[in-house]
Amino acid sequence: MWEYTEKVMEHFLNPRNVGEVENPDGVAEVGSIACGDALKLSFKLDENKRIKEAKFKTFGCASAIASSSALTELIKGMTLEEAMKVSNQDIAAYLGGLPQEKMHCSVMGKEALERAIENYQGAPAKETGAQIVCECFGVTDREIERAIRENNLTTVEEVTNYTKAGGGCGNCHDAIRQIIERVRAEAKPAVRPKLTTIQKIRMIEEALEREIRPSLKHDGGDIELIDVVGNRVLVATRGACAVCKASDITLKHFVEAKLRDLVSPDLIIEEVAP
Amino acid sequence: MKIVYLDNNATTQVAPEVLEAMLPYFHDLYGNPSSMHSFGGQVAQKLREAREQVATLIGASPDEIIFTSCGTESDNAAIRSALATHPERRHIVTSRVEHPAIKSLCANLAGQGYRVTELPVDKNGLLDMEQLESSLTPDTAVVSLMWANNETGVIFPVEKAAALAHERGIPFHTDAVQSTGKIPINVKKSAIDMLSISGHKLHAPKGIGVLYVRKGTKFSPFLIGGHQEKGRRGGTENTPSIIGLGKACELAARRMEAENTAVKRLRDKLETALLDGIPQSRVNGDLFQRLPNTTNISFEFVEGEAILLLMNEYGICASSGSACTSGSLQPSHVLRAMGVPFTMAHGSIRFSLSTYNNEEEIDFVIEKLPPIIERLRGMSPYWTSVAQACVSA
Repeated sequence: MWEYTEKVMEHFLNPRNVGEVENPDGVAEVGSIACGDALKLSFKLDENKRIKEAKFKTFGCASAIASSSALTELIKGMTLEEAMKVSNQDIAAYLGGLPQEKMHCSVMGKEALERAIENYQGAPAKETGAQIVCECFGVTDREIERAIRENNLTTVEEVTNYTKAGGGCGNCHDAIRQIIERVRAEAKPAVRPKLTTIQKIRMIEEALEREIRPSLKHDGGDIELIDVVGNRVLVATRGACAVCKASDITLKHFVEAKLRDLVSPDLIIEEVAP
Repeated sequence: MKIVYLDNNATTQVAPEVLEAMLPYFHDLYGNPSSMHSFGGQVAQKLREAREQVATLIGASPDEIIFTSCGTESDNAAIRSALATHPERRHIVTSRVEHPAIKSLCANLAGQGYRVTELPVDKNGLLDMEQLESSLTPDTAVVSLMWANNETGVIFPVEKAAALAHERGIPFHTDAVQSTGKIPINVKKSAIDMLSISGHKLHAPKGIGVLYVRKGTKFSPFLIGGHQEKGRRGGTENTPSIIGLGKACELAARRMEAENTAVKRLRDKLETALLDGIPQSRVNGDLFQRLPNTTNISFEFVEGEAILLLMNEYGICASSGSACTSGSLQPSHVLRAMGVPFTMAHGSIRFSLSTYNNEEEIDFVIEKLPPIIERLRGMSPYWTSVAQACVSA
């Protein structure tokens, strides 16, 4: 059984503002029945352009209903500018927190709010140019990027908890991993101090131990650092990696990308015979 | 608050008679049955009795019964034994709707290079026997099919399936965790080689299981250790639980027919009343090839976890095949294999009864559930549009 806070249960059992606003100023529907949750949000403004009334209709679990209820309570009385700043964490915090696996309910609330405001402003949907990454749940790269940025996510599992992306067949896990690396690389300061070889070796060993080996070992593989020559990182693969046909893909796309991210963007991985 | 427990496929209450039979073996008669003193030896005598009681329930002989720690262990032991004793074969046949104890194990074995065929089911959750037949090859090391499905209660014709495997010299295993004690089982009259049982599904405690292995079937132990269970499963016997399971099997053998008429009548009453009282609801799984205690009903356009938590407010316990209850984001693999539409799968509730349920409890659920569904549909954006579509049409 999920451990819901009292506040979540209270909002689930006595949801506020259920229904649809008559003649709404803004309205949006996000999610889908295939995905297991959906939210229709509508609001009306007063003469001072503050949100006078906000209502929801939700198909979903207790935390989806509680998140929708919390959202409508949060935004009442806000200007649209203020409402735009409401984040998914604000919704979760209002409820005293949500289980990690249910954070996507708060993200759904935030999305509905943004779309409803865009609907009022007559703005074109911001998602133009966005690519679907997760086919199972129809999640785009934009949505994933934003969830990573706003919630400081670092693993595929976390991205799944917040956006559902990757929670179905699992075919998009590599794509999500690449988005995480890309977004986190952007967040890093561009200029880095020049590293000595000793520093590099130390940082590479640490990155291998902390970030890389656990994933490889999960599949029965391992990696060993042989030498560092300038920016060339010479490694040998062990265990399942040593006989795996896809190991150079792993080295390029996973190990090298991680080391570039964590140590230095100029590093080049090279495999040597053990 | 009074609890109305309709989740007996998840676990059951330990029968009072079972508890009573077990208690002396915790404090007074705690000896080790392997010991060379009569203090321990008297426990060994009691274990022999329990082994006979279990064997009688399924039509086996006592030396074909191996006690394990749970159904999952029995399943693992069976499959791994079949693979170990047929090392030249690399193919496993199973179904898409198995319990995770088999499903995850097979997925794991697929990762180690075994070829796994997961047979599909039709919209009622039934197997296509021709498809089973055509999937069997000289390379097939084992066929494992569940006797009855834990989510829908749908019964597979495992005896026929076992005969097909047997003709080709392929070992046949069945996960009979849900069917044991609920429907008659007679392994002697079938070609089943191995069969798994779990104690806590038939009013014995958790932490005790059985693997039946037909005499003459090659067996390679899963847990290697002492000489217990004739070397087929090491580890000191869980004496109180084995004795409890023996008692539970004796009770089941004695009561099965009478209980099933009574339990089935309550199940049918609940099912009919809910289908009549709640529009856009339907049963998942074949109505006839089904355990007498289980009904899996979908309420369209509402989500299962929300239903469960509202029922919980009244002390009503059941399960759901919705995504949210599993944390996996996808609804139940069983309902998906049956092609149940998403609008239905997310709103599925499994009620599983036992002999300890009564009329009053069923009436209580029949009274409380329709308003719960109505309330959630009142919040659902889909229900409005469907309701409007119905009015305008």
